[in-house]
Amino acid sequence: MNFGFAFLSQRTGFDIPFHVVPWSTADSYGRALWVCLLNTLLAAAIGIVLGSLLGFLLGVMRLSANWLARSLSLAIIEIVRNTPQLLQIIFWYVVMIQALPPPRNGLALPGGMILSVRGLNMPSIEMGTAGLWPFLLLVASLCLVPVFRGLRRRRRVFGWAAPLLPAIALVVVLLSVDHLDYPTLRGFNYVGGVVVPPELIALVAGLSLYMSAFVAEIVRASLQGIAKGQREAASSLGLSGAQALFLVILPQALRVMIPQLTNQYLNLTKSTSLGAAIAYPELVQIYAGTVLNQTGRALETMFLVMIIFLGINLAISGFMAWYNARVAIVER
Amino acid sequence: MAPTHVWVKRNLFPSLSSGLLTLVLAGVIIVLVKAIFNWAVTDATISGTTRAACDAGGACWTFIKVRFDLFFYGRYPSPERWRVDLALALVVGTTAATLIAPPRWQGWLALILLGFVPAVAGILLVGGLFGLAYIATNLWGGLMLNVLLTAVAGGGGFILGVFLALGRRSKYPVIRLFSMLFIELWRGVPLLTVLFMAMLLVPLFMPNGATIDNLLRAMLALTLFTAAYMAEIVRGGLQAIPRGQAEAATALGLRPWAIQCFIVLPQALRLVIPGLVNTVIDLFKDTTLVSIVGLFDLLAVITQAQKDQVWLGMAREGYAFAVVVFFLCCFGMSLFSRRLEHRLNRHLRY
Repeated sequence: MNFGFAFLSQRTGFDIPFHVVPWSTADSYGRALWVCLLNTLLAAAIGIVLGSLLGFLLGVMRLSANWLARSLSLAIIEIVRNTPQLLQIIFWYVVMIQALPPPRNGLALPGGMILSVRGLNMPSIEMGTAGLWPFLLLVASLCLVPVFRGLRRRRRVFGWAAPLLPAIALVVVLLSVDHLDYPTLRGFNYVGGVVVPPELIALVAGLSLYMSAFVAEIVRASLQGIAKGQREAASSLGLSGAQALFLVILPQALRVMIPQLTNQYLNLTKSTSLGAAIAYPELVQIYAGTVLNQTGRALETMFLVMIIFLGINLAISGFMAWYNARVAIVER
Repeated sequence: MAPTHVWVKRNLFPSLSSGLLTLVLAGVIIVLVKAIFNWAVTDATISGTTRAACDAGGACWTFIKVRFDLFFYGRYPSPERWRVDLALALVVGTTAATLIAPPRWQGWLALILLGFVPAVAGILLVGGLFGLAYIATNLWGGLMLNVLLTAVAGGGGFILGVFLALGRRSKYPVIRLFSMLFIELWRGVPLLTVLFMAMLLVPLFMPNGATIDNLLRAMLALTLFTAAYMAEIVRGGLQAIPRGQAEAATALGLRPWAIQCFIVLPQALRLVIPGLVNTVIDLFKDTTLVSIVGLFDLLAVITQAQKDQVWLGMAREGYAFAVVVFFLCCFGMSLFSRRLEHRLNRHLRY
């Protein structure tokens, strides 16, 4: 048995049905790794954002003065926490496939989006001649905001750029948009726009709902952990309930929440591997499935998959540790 | 107890916005519950034994009724199923007894649970001894497999986890480093890849001709994975025991192993029992992942049953049944864990 990664440069010959970056059957196994890594990261990123928002909502509902909201939140949390995640993902997938209409009479959603059994068809932004450069400019200017804010606070030159630079970049992006490409029905399927496949929708729904139940309990416990006097002080200053929550309670509760949230984010990232059960082309589905079967390289493919998951998890926990240190109480 | 109208005013309509929220939520809940109730009860069919009986438009529980035994025992031969029931009763009974028995019995019960019960249950399930017919593991399936995997990986993971937790606090750097690497490695990768690894890589390292049973490999993978999580929980308990306890024991002349066994671990484990039960609940839910690597647990059996030509399109009924079964098991365990926690902390309350 020989161990080696020479196979990574070979031609694959298989199709990956969903990809964020271009992919053709002539591409190599190395490129396939990159394509399905991006698929994994996409599912994880959407899942983390949606799950955090939903979890926060459920957690606040659990503490609501309204009995119905409180009980509904409790019921959702208990049902979601006490059933297997894989079962939930398969459930969403099967129910969605059974309930959604065929492309011929897809549901028209606001903003030109169409939902059918083939997935969610969304209009795409066509950039004309400028390509992706305006977007890169926007991302770069957003990254520079903290730097310019620091300059502004110290009343140095270019301090004005803190709010203006992203605004200018946004205008550049909007000006260089050529047109929106709306999906239209042609034959048995849609052309134009971008498609979010049903596998991704089911996976993200399963992942984020499952995580939100755990996040809700974390949010509830941390909000309850903040001394009652803080809320009373906020209301005696004349702050409204929402103002007290977002300006006084939450910033303090965040410190308790972050290490536990990190655990949940790591769990969700690992759980993207369950996409293999509904044929969402992510790392495990492609590498522990298709690539392993084609090349017979069991050791190398499993090694790659595990190393990549370890790497992603270390990166997330590193980032959260940095953020945790940033928001920690500075004791003098 | 306040009169009803006071309760309603205070909890449902304390302010205008909250009252509106109540109305909206009540509307949504009524519509949803009514739709589900109609599907699951009013329009449902449970009579008969064939597909033809299901013509009311609602859920077809006849499918579940016909397949009920399959969902619980897989293809385990019918006349031998009492063995499964007996093994299950034995494991659940001794586990519950160990957790709720008075403290002076708990040590002995734990020894029986971890030493004697697995052997008896194993002989009952596999057979081939004492006149019991041999049942090959590829016939095992259904919920029985989920319970079995949970019991094996929970028990084995607990023992291994205690050793890893002690190892992580060892004064020897090699043991400490090994335990730390082991724990972090398993916790950093998805369970699914661990299962894939067990299924695909273990055969590569076996000598020619030798094979390990698929079920055994899944058990091994789940045990190692669970051990890493249990180790961290036990470590938390160990950290909570004041050093004075061990120092006092040393002063009394106890050997290091005796200090761990009789002084530190009993106190530490008592603190972390709720955490360990939570890990077992997670483990029970995660046993469904073996369906992806080709074992026929409850989820896999249900998925397969609805592909039967006669019963096509029974996905909703099948998965609804699975949701109910898993919910009852997991919710039951978590209620039990909450009561246990309450009982164990009795000495802390005044």
